[in-house]
Amino acid sequence: MTHLDAVPLWVALPAALLLVLGSGLTLLGAFGLARLQSFYDRLHAPTLGTSWGTAGIVLASVLLFSWLEGRPVLQELLIGVFVMLTTPVTLMLLGRASLHRDRAEGSAAVPPAGNARPADRGTAGADGARGAATPPAWP
Amino acid sequence: MSGTILALALGFAQVALGLAGGLAVLTILRGPRAQDRVLGLDTFYVTGMLLFLVTGLRSGSLFFFEAACVIGVTGFVATVALAKFLLRGEVIE
Amino acid sequence: MSRLVPHPLLSALLLLMWLALTRVSLGQLVLGALVALVAGWAMARLRPARPRLRRASAIPRLLGLVAWDILRSNAAVAWLILTDGRHGRRRSGFLRVPLRLRDPSALAVLAIIVTATPGTAWLEYDAETGVLLLHVFDLVDESQWRDLIQTRYESLLMEIFE
Repeated sequence: MTHLDAVPLWVALPAALLLVLGSGLTLLGAFGLARLQSFYDRLHAPTLGTSWGTAGIVLASVLLFSWLEGRPVLQELLIGVFVMLTTPVTLMLLGRASLHRDRAEGSAAVPPAGNARPADRGTAGADGARGAATPPAWP
Repeated sequence: MSGTILALALGFAQVALGLAGGLAVLTILRGPRAQDRVLGLDTFYVTGMLLFLVTGLRSGSLFFFEAACVIGVTGFVATVALAKFLLRGEVIE
Repeated sequence: MSRLVPHPLLSALLLLMWLALTRVSLGQLVLGALVALVAGWAMARLRPARPRLRRASAIPRLLGLVAWDILRSNAAVAWLILTDGRHGRRRSGFLRVPLRLRDPSALAVLAIIVTATPGTAWLEYDAETGVLLLHVFDLVDESQWRDLIQTRYESLLMEIFE
């Protein structure tokens, strides 16, 4: 614990707050995941951990390491950007997969495929606009 | 003073993330359907990645960052592959 | 210039990422620039349709708006989970939103925003009719959510991309 004692209070306090906020939100998200009833409700819970949960911990890490190393350490921000870009892809794919499976079973709880079109049989990425809904394009 | 605050915050973060990982594992085990399990796996790897970052902060070493990166990339690919499998593999074809 | 650096923004961001991952020195700068250049060429081979930015000046406004909204909905969803969904009275549901947006990169950005915000999940987009299917965690008023997507994000994205 020696390296943490040298940190001044004005760095330690915001870092500690961010850490508690981030990990608390992640825990709440996982709690919701275990607790909520339907799959589509559960789909919302992990985004707590991947939005401000990750942001809090990453920002705390940037603050502390920048102080400890004596130079701006920004590599942790890359993890934040990475999570920000990948979570939509996984959650969107999972949502569509679940919709597809529920429709194939004839579940009444999900809306039918849009405007009397036959159910989408997993031709993701075949046409341009739907391809845009899968991986985010780099700038 | 600041060492104590940070130690407390880091301890809280580690316990909270550990619990979150446990809840994600519970979801993986309990289901009830395949998509719930995949969602649990997705949450589990994000939590594990955050736990590595916090552990790195605690030990003051930047090397945990690389481990977190690897977990993030492999977890992402695994979830996408599983979701893709659910989308076209099981029910109809 | 455009032949040597076909994707200047991508190459610049890659170089920045390289420098963030390693220590800043002349050797790493040269190596990173090389990697960024080669990646730019590879990108030019892979994906000829590049996103066009019409008004990049609106991007900071969008970023600020999104960060604030994500923070707000984080608090809202966390509160809903803590109070057990207003003690069992929370209602979630599906929502169809007709979109005017057609540009693929703008749609990708909208997908990231909608999914990254706790409380809304992007499920399906029909490219022919332009109708988006969302799932909303706390569906109090349908028109309010539709309004949020259409006026708050869609119009700004159309300003940037189309």
